[in-house]
Amino acid sequence: MTGLISPEPSELKVEDSQVRKSGPGAPSRMSVEDSQVSESRPGAPSLAERPEGWNRPPVMVPDGEGELLEVAMGPHHPSTHGVFRMDVALDGERVIRLKPVFGYLHRNHEKLAEGMSYLGSMPYTDRLDYICSLTNNWAYALAVEKLTGQEVPERAEYLRVILGELTRVQNHASSIGFLTQEMGATGTPLMYAFKAREKILDLFEGLTGSRMMCNYMRFGGCRVDASAAWLDAARKVVAGLPGFADEFERLLRTNEILMARTQGVGILRPELAVNAGVTGPMLRASGVNYDIRKVDGYGVYNRFKFRVPLGDHWDVYDRYMIRMLEMRESIKILEQALKEIQPGPVMSPTARIRGFRPKPGEAYGRIEAPKGELGFYLISNGGPNPYRYRVRPPSLINLTILEDMCLRQNVADVVLIFGSVDIVLGEVDR
Amino acid sequence: MLGEGILRGLAETARNFAGSFVSAERLTTVQYPEQRIAPMEATRDFPFLVYDGADWEAGLRCVACQICEKECPPQCIYIEKSKDKKPDFTGKPQFYPARFDIDISVCMSCQICVEVCPFEAIKMDTEFELSTEDRFGGLLLNREKLAKPNEHYHKIHPAEAAEVDARLAGEKDKADAKAKAAAEAAAAKAAANVAAPAGPEAAPGGNAAGNPTAKPVEGESRA
Repeated sequence: MTGLISPEPSELKVEDSQVRKSGPGAPSRMSVEDSQVSESRPGAPSLAERPEGWNRPPVMVPDGEGELLEVAMGPHHPSTHGVFRMDVALDGERVIRLKPVFGYLHRNHEKLAEGMSYLGSMPYTDRLDYICSLTNNWAYALAVEKLTGQEVPERAEYLRVILGELTRVQNHASSIGFLTQEMGATGTPLMYAFKAREKILDLFEGLTGSRMMCNYMRFGGCRVDASAAWLDAARKVVAGLPGFADEFERLLRTNEILMARTQGVGILRPELAVNAGVTGPMLRASGVNYDIRKVDGYGVYNRFKFRVPLGDHWDVYDRYMIRMLEMRESIKILEQALKEIQPGPVMSPTARIRGFRPKPGEAYGRIEAPKGELGFYLISNGGPNPYRYRVRPPSLINLTILEDMCLRQNVADVVLIFGSVDIVLGEVDR
Repeated sequence: MLGEGILRGLAETARNFAGSFVSAERLTTVQYPEQRIAPMEATRDFPFLVYDGADWEAGLRCVACQICEKECPPQCIYIEKSKDKKPDFTGKPQFYPARFDIDISVCMSCQICVEVCPFEAIKMDTEFELSTEDRFGGLLLNREKLAKPNEHYHKIHPAEAAEVDARLAGEKDKADAKAKAAAEAAAAKAAANVAAPAGPEAAPGGNAAGNPTAKPVEGESRA
């Protein structure tokens, strides 16, 4: 059997001068035997040397046991949660190189936002990470509030916490569901997760009018007030969530297949995670205690008692467990917030949602979104729309260490490791 | 024991499987075309134009101020202002939209047009079965298709519509009182050289009764 090369000429690594030398005359297909990689490797090969016809050299030396193969997983692959490609080089089953390729879902969000009013970008933030639109709203509202120096009433802060934590619960539940789906558990755990998610989405619809594209938070508060009936419904749903978490854990936690597939797979060392800027459950599963809710204390999070779970094996199973534990901590926050919420205004009386011009300056608003640190960086030049608008997407930055986690792993585990990063392509590509 | 975890998980699925026969709460889905869940009060999908009274064209609340057209993030609204004016619900002459189109294939249901409208003229509908055979013309709604009576608004968003009606009634009272006061003042002035006309005092007395919920944002052109 011959090893096939991905036919399209893709981007070249800058330092790889050999690629250009070989030029267009290089054969697009070759057999492994021709390249004689297997024979020459056991000596002292340099990594800059690449098999003839390959787009990029491998970052790992093949051990010569398996067949060398370069495959493109995606962009239309069921495991990629959207349109995303991984250029994988394989030595038998082992991954010796992996390059994530994204941008297929680019929608020009940042540049569009620079051309429209501050309010006009708010519904577009829903479409970044479309699983967690409320936390996106929150981060953007926070950035604009910092830019204009607006205060947020207490009730609005509580509503934001309630909605943000509900978002975290449903995101983590569905993320675990997708992870098990990628492990081959076709549907069942995912449906359990969606059963809980459905109740939360119904709450979102009852308050904001939409299940996913909520467009709820405004600069200086929230758009509409939550009725007493809605708060009661939320209390009822939250009272049912610990039961869901127990059920979900009974279903999965000690499952031998899940443990065999995930334990020791996709290890991300804490030093690398910190250096790469990884945040969120990924970072905490690597044992780094960093939660922006604790570090920054934005909103009213310093009023609630909750703990930050940390992993100590740094593998996929830890990421799964961290999400389970974070769900439980979120439920604790929800219980406290729903108990303590007081009546009051939800919009600051001085707040203006349209037609305002912030003073020239810059602001960075960041929150602990379910996937990591979500930040919006805005520069105002005194006009009605931002001069510069930049999103710091947790999904994209968590993806950058995908190769380091996947090296030496089996190709079947790549799907799992990728799933454990928990990305949404709408946010990666923007 | 190897396999214990799998068995525990299977027990959970078995419990749910059996439970769905006895507990109605476990049945989380409905058979859609036959069974329907009523939309929630806050539900929104696409905008419509509210009109008062029986004639949709005369009763449109929209005054073609074009704020929604300007603020719409995907720019799916197109408005042409009328050349002439017609009286609105308070009797004040106002422009009206000679053309008001919304392309609902572009609309993303964000509700920003509703929020920025100072005239309570555009609201969100809950109608969602909008499939059509004509991909372009069928989804480009003109003002006749967009106009829906205030009763429809009351039907889909009762609490919100009642609040809006109270606010509009308050504004109408205010406008009536002002007009009355102005008429009285003019009459008094014309009749004789009376020392103190009653106008300035009458106006605040008239609107204090019915206007507790006036929006702070709209100082624009109502009174």
